[in-house]
This record gives sequence, structure tokens and C-alpha cells, in this order.
Amino acid sequence: MDIVVIGGGPAGLAAAIEAKKHNVKEVMIIERDIELGGILQQCIHDGFGLHRFGKRLSGCEYAENFIEGVESEEDIIVKLKTIVIEITKDKTIYAMNEEEGMMEIHSKAIILAMGCRERTRSQVFIWGTRPSGVLTAGTVQRYINMEGYLPGKKAVILGSGDIGLIMARRMTLEGIKVEGVYEVMDSPGGLTRNISQCLKDYNIPMHLSTTVVKIHGNKKLEGVTIAQVDKDKKPIKGTEKYIECDLLVLAVGLIPENELSRQMEINIDPRTKGPIVDENFMTSIEGVFAAGNVVTVFDLVDYVSETGEIAARGAAKYLKGDLDLSSDYQDIIPGDNVNFIVPQKIRKQNLEDKLPIYFRVKQPLKKVTVVGEIEGQKCLKKKHVVVLPPEMIVEEIDCEKIKDKNEMLKISVKVG
Amino acid sequence: MCKEFTCIVCPVSCTLNVSKEGEEIIVKGNNCKRGKVFGENEYKSPKRILTTTVKVEESCHKALPVISSDEIPKEKMFECVEQLYKMTVKAPIKKGEIIIKNILNTGVDIVASRSLKQI
Repeated sequence: MDIVVIGGGPAGLAAAIEAKKHNVKEVMIIERDIELGGILQQCIHDGFGLHRFGKRLSGCEYAENFIEGVESEEDIIVKLKTIVIEITKDKTIYAMNEEEGMMEIHSKAIILAMGCRERTRSQVFIWGTRPSGVLTAGTVQRYINMEGYLPGKKAVILGSGDIGLIMARRMTLEGIKVEGVYEVMDSPGGLTRNISQCLKDYNIPMHLSTTVVKIHGNKKLEGVTIAQVDKDKKPIKGTEKYIECDLLVLAVGLIPENELSRQMEINIDPRTKGPIVDENFMTSIEGVFAAGNVVTVFDLVDYVSETGEIAARGAAKYLKGDLDLSSDYQDIIPGDNVNFIVPQKIRKQNLEDKLPIYFRVKQPLKKVTVVGEIEGQKCLKKKHVVVLPPEMIVEEIDCEKIKDKNEMLKISVKVG
Repeated sequence: MCKEFTCIVCPVSCTLNVSKEGEEIIVKGNNCKRGKVFGENEYKSPKRILTTTVKVEESCHKALPVISSDEIPKEKMFECVEQLYKMTVKAPIKKGEIIIKNILNTGVDIVASRSLKQI
């Protein structure tokens, strides 16, 4: 194979199509589910694709646009119900499925597009018994939207990220009583507009600085104990309250799924929890690229598709021998108020006209300027009315301005 | 009477103060034109896109996701959902296929938001 894409979600689909557009001959997608599309297939709500298609599509509509793209390319090989169990540094992929058994696939380039995974109960340490009825928001979403199964009658949601908010509305429409959303932080994790259209529209209360401290019930969930927390997020004694419920929905964050990347010893960024990537989204192993939520959790699928395309163009160039693989890297480092930046490093010989950068701020700020500095000179200056940690910022750097510079590039968000 | 809304048009999420003076609806706090339109509609009759599922037979999935072709008055949401839950469709389904035409006389269609093959 020329390129094997691991994962058939939005990043993998965009990567495979883009690789074909750049005349890569043998492209294969390996997907563990029964169909392509990834998590988008269970995201039936609208709001996807505003950047790319100029309208608010549902997740499945967005996915289908790309699946049609893959199907219209004649020879993209799609292996469904196939799981990759190991990838070696020399780009040998070990995968298996029911019909073909174990497979050993050799590929000249690989694009990792495994997406991300939800944090579970054991990662947020909730005390108590282990009854059924404690599920992640994504699991509940899949049960309701694809399998037509309602996992409870009365729900408590822990975590106020967007998935939790979307599920509050979804469960309410399905007749599940949502008792409330509990958030350990003192500000909501999700976007204000989702709080408005998912909670306020349906009179669902949100309790900040409050968390679930205990789970009750033997076989089936019977209830949870909630408590307010202090500044250090420690439960305050005397504020405990028992709430009867048969469903606890955990919306407590996402982490890039990098078991395969770690196994092949790709360098991981502790801040993004994904592979460190360069301007082509190539990882620390030559010819192995990464795209989408496996790199960092993006909040718009449009960006996920975009990174899939960048990685595919990079891989196509790599196959042709058009990538500079020997020059030293220049780092892109976070300055004031910036939490992390993707890509983390660049080889400027490989840059096109524009370099897109993706980053998040550490705290909400109003009336700010995003500033890029290199060797004491500004290469980026862009004003924003408001910046929020849940909203990823995307800027483009004009490569003309950095092409004769050799030091690192610093991105800061400054008030004013 | 002055009402306060959070604008849901874009992520800036402006806080809108909307009031009525005579026949004119006045929107304050918006940063753009779309916010003004949203504020006016929200004051007169709030509308939302509806996304839900209907039962489907002869498919690998048990639920077909559907979406409203346009926004539906907020107070009709549950009534629409109830009507959709009573029905069952059969695969194959094409994305964009109309599942219910002009639901509850709103002038809005409910359409399939994905294709499903028959099995």
C-alpha cells in the first residue's frame, strides 16, 4: 500500500479523498465499526459544517458527504469491521477481522486517524458501588440515536461540556427526565449558546461547583449523592444531597486515542495528549502522519477534516520524495494565555503559502489580539472580540514573513 | 417589557436585551445583523431546528436520524416529536428523503439526515 489510513471518521475520510486527489495510487482505510463515518453517525444534532459547507448540517449529513466522496473514488480500499492491533516503526500494520483473520499490511506511509475517546467513571474517581446505568454521554448517544434504546427514565448528567448539554436536550425530547447538569468547575464547560438552546429551552437546571460524590445501587443504579465543592474542588461537608435516578451520564471530557501511537513510540505532547506533529502533521516517525482528534481534541469537525487533508498532502509529497526530512525543526511555542499549539514544530522548507495554526487560550478574555512573533518581529496580528477556552482559535501565518527566519515562533494572546 | 436572550447564532453568544416600543422591536447587545434578526424572532416567536430519530425496519440500525428542513416554532417541538415516534419507516432510505411533509401545518418538512441500505 502507498497510504493506509487508520480510522474511517471525519479525519480519515478527508485524508483518503485528498490522497486520491493528489494521485496516490494505493489508498486503504481501516475502520473497526460496521460502517464509515465514525462518531458523526451518532451525532444527529445540527451545527456541523458551518465553515466548510456554509450551512448547519447534522453530523450524519456531514459524514455522508465525505462517504460519497470516498465511494466515488474508484479504488480506495475500505476494510470495515477491522481492528488494528499493532503498527511497527517500519510501517507494518497488523490488523484482523472476522473474514480474513490476521493481516499483515506493509505501507509506505500511514495516517493515524483514530479520533478520541471519552473519559470514564474510573478516570474521575467516583465513590460507591458499580451498578448498571452509569454511562458516558457518547454511549447514551449511540444507544438512543442508532440502536433505538432508552437506557433510563430519570437522568443526572455530570459535566457541562457540549456533549453533556446536547444529550440533556436529546434525552428530554425522548421522554427521559433530566434532573440536572452538575459541573465541578465554577464556570460551564460548554458553549453559552448550547446552554441556552439545550438547557434553558427545556428548563433543565445547571449546578456549578457541584459534583457527584457517591453512586448508590447494587445491580441497577438507584441514585447518586451530590455535594458542593470548595475552591480546591473538595466536597464541602454538610452540602451532600441524595438524588434518585436510574441513569448517570458522564460528560467529563475527551482524550485522544493513542494506544497504537504509543506502542510504536511516537513522541506525544503532554498538553495535547496526541502526537507532536509538524507543518504536514507528520509525527516523530518519518512517513507516519496523524490527523483530527487523535492529535488534539478539536471542537469543530471542519478543522478535523482540514487536518486530514493537510496530512494527506504531506503523505503524498513524502511518497514522491518532495518533503525535506533533514533540516532542523523550528518550534512553535505558546506565549501569554496560550495553552497549546498544533503544529508544534515546522520545517519551513516544506511550507506552502500559508501555515494554519490551531490553539486554545487558557482563560476567557475579551477584546484581545493574537500575536505571532519570530526573531523580534511580528508575523501575525489579529484582533478578536472574545476568546474562550472551549473555542479553538485558528489563524493563518503568511509564510513570506517567516521564510528567512530560523528561530522559534511564539504565539501569544494579549489584551487590547 | 424587556426580555433577555442568549444569541445562539454563533459562538460569541451575545446577551441580547429585546423590548418593544409601539410596533417596533428593539434589540440591544448584538454585535451583528444576524443577532438582530435572532433577537426579533426570539421575541416574537422563538424557533428551532428539530433533530430526532424515527423507528426503521430492515436496516442495520434501529433508528433513522431526521432533521427539519427549516426552523419549527419552539412550542411545537414536543408535538412534532410525538408524531414522529408513532411512525415506522422501512429501509432503503436516501438522505434528504421527506419523512413527513408539512409537519403540523408548520410549512416545514421532516427529512432523513442519512441514507440507510436495506438488509
